[in-house]
Amino acid sequence: MQIEYISAFDVVVGVLWRFWPVWVALVLVMGVSFAYKKKLGLYGQLFDSGVGIAGVGICLFWLFTAIFASTISPFDPLAQVSIMKDTLPGAIEPTSKLIYYFGGDKLARDVFSRMVYGSQIVLIIAPAATGFALMVGITLGLPAGYYGGKIDTVLSFLANLVLAFPVILLFYLLVTPGIMDTPIPYAMAGLFFLFPIIFFSVLFWTRYKNRPDRLYILLGLTLVVGGWIYIGLVFDKDPLKIVHIDPNQLNIFVAVVFASSPGVFRIVRGLTMDIKTRDYVAAAQTRGESPWYIMLWEILPNARGPLIVDACLRIGYTTILLGTLGYFGLGLAPESPDWGTAIKDASRLLRSFIHPALPPTIALMSFVLGLNLLADSLREQSMKD
Amino acid sequence: MLSFILRRLGTMALTMLCLTLVVFFLINLNPNLKKLAISQTEMHTSAEQLEDWLVNHGYRQNFFVRYGQWLGILPKQPITDPATGKPAQRFSFCNDPVEPKFSGVLQGDFGCSTKFKTTVGAKLFPALGATGLLMFWVLAVMVPISLLIGILAGMREGSRTDRTLSVASIASTATPEYVSGVIFTVIFASWLGWLNGSAASASQGLTFYNFTLPVMTLAIYGTGYIARMTRASMVEVMTQQYIRTARLKGLSFSSVVVKHALRNALIAPFTVIMLQFPWLLTGVVIVEVMFRYQGFGYTLVEAAGNNDIDLLLGCSLVSVFIVLITQLISDVGYAFLNPRIRVQ
Repeated sequence: MQIEYISAFDVVVGVLWRFWPVWVALVLVMGVSFAYKKKLGLYGQLFDSGVGIAGVGICLFWLFTAIFASTISPFDPLAQVSIMKDTLPGAIEPTSKLIYYFGGDKLARDVFSRMVYGSQIVLIIAPAATGFALMVGITLGLPAGYYGGKIDTVLSFLANLVLAFPVILLFYLLVTPGIMDTPIPYAMAGLFFLFPIIFFSVLFWTRYKNRPDRLYILLGLTLVVGGWIYIGLVFDKDPLKIVHIDPNQLNIFVAVVFASSPGVFRIVRGLTMDIKTRDYVAAAQTRGESPWYIMLWEILPNARGPLIVDACLRIGYTTILLGTLGYFGLGLAPESPDWGTAIKDASRLLRSFIHPALPPTIALMSFVLGLNLLADSLREQSMKD
Repeated sequence: MLSFILRRLGTMALTMLCLTLVVFFLINLNPNLKKLAISQTEMHTSAEQLEDWLVNHGYRQNFFVRYGQWLGILPKQPITDPATGKPAQRFSFCNDPVEPKFSGVLQGDFGCSTKFKTTVGAKLFPALGATGLLMFWVLAVMVPISLLIGILAGMREGSRTDRTLSVASIASTATPEYVSGVIFTVIFASWLGWLNGSAASASQGLTFYNFTLPVMTLAIYGTGYIARMTRASMVEVMTQQYIRTARLKGLSFSSVVVKHALRNALIAPFTVIMLQFPWLLTGVVIVEVMFRYQGFGYTLVEAAGNNDIDLLLGCSLVSVFIVLITQLISDVGYAFLNPRIRVQ
């Protein structure tokens, strides 16, 4: 049977049309942000420069794409329609009359739908892993910078140990199918996922020590929610069956957190060493505040500028790491629609077909570019103050 | 200065010891050993035979004993031939000793590659040479271009050149090797047909045709980062009093930039370039796999994929060594280049 194609112009219009929920959401959010930018603080200031608007726009575009993925994509990312194998962009699928906008790949799946669904995987794992890495880095970096001495020596040595590993070697050792039979990933997950609970407990404890009415509510909430997510993620025994993560995704998650938390640690340690010489820290010490109160409520808020910038860059870097994992076929399922895996599959066949390779590469590049632009303009804005 | 270097070398040795211990532990996890035994024996071997093979080849000895043997502080024991009961070579293709002998990394023996059926040294060092060549060309392309971009952008902060070049460098830092590699291959190999999409033939002889794509791909990711750092350093230098003095005494802008600003602005990028090496190592692995160039990265992936214990240990030792030695060079070099620190 002959496959019919639509013209290149129709492909462009069709793709833009498929993204309609994203455009609507984007216009709404950007419009509201722009109108009230004076009242929105640092976020509002981003709309003062072209670079900032571009950064916010690209990041929101991918965020909304991930949210509305099922509406945007015409096909199931894993569905194979054998007649559509290696079809060029704009091919019409005969039975449903829907269009393979970016063509089909070697397993006859829709490249466009896979790209759209791939954004979901990236936008869940990358920010979440960065968040955990931030928690680990902050919780360890603050005491290292504040106390100095032995704690600092030991923690810095450990951080440098991890940083001295080439990332790729670390992944080859930590993200292999064999390692899931051993308790190592679960032990590491158990360790890393403990940090947010510790962080928030100490945060609330130091602040509301003398106000039991607030303290018990906040502390209880932290322990219940944290413990619930902890049980779900580490032991996969969530009593309500809501929090669940596949073992191989847990493995990737842990490896990425492990690889990027020493970087956060170093930054937090450096910032702490700088800020602890300020007068307001000395004032708090004279008031008799506890060291952890000073670290979490005096030093950390004043280090937020560089940390936010770093977090943006780090999400981009984590996206690149996830792509690397996918490119080497580590951890993620072989049929997974994430961008790295798609690039790997397509790059082997570049000699015959180039169209399956371009959508995931451009998607990954644009998302990281958006985050980097965002970080750059955040840095500019925080330098102005 | 000397005591500083000695102390750093001591930390370095300790770091390498810890890291190799970790790598040794992770490679020798039970599932990995099973995988090795399966790949090294005939098809359809029973579980007991796999276990026999592992015991026979000394993989079931105490963990620390084996680490000591690999390191060269404990003697390597020959295996016992099950047929004759006499001592035999562990792997005949590596000329392993028949009598107990101290032969580890400290003696210069990196062990035996089970995948390539040769000694690790024979496989690893030619591969390192090939990667060294790649690295040389990457640095030769990357460093001048990125310094030039950084200086041009930082010379006049906020100008149109600055903004254009800054966005370009941000875009380049957002392009990991597997993305730029695909895009360059599509444009230059599939579409225009100017360059070869595979560097497999580069082992026989480098040509512009087969080597440009890997070098370009590897250079682009680092270029943006070094350029941004150079720009930041240049911007800082251009606001200094001595630059204003030089301008006010009537020197032309170009001569102020070349004679006064450049020398001070290039100290920070030196550190950045040296610290790029760990990133380049990851890039090398991606690029060598993508363009099928038989170098260090390719060897690492083969070793990891086939659970080739000694080869992977050798690879990690080399890469960790490169990372640590570049850190040391960057610290010492920084102190050397910056007179303010040197005098103290």
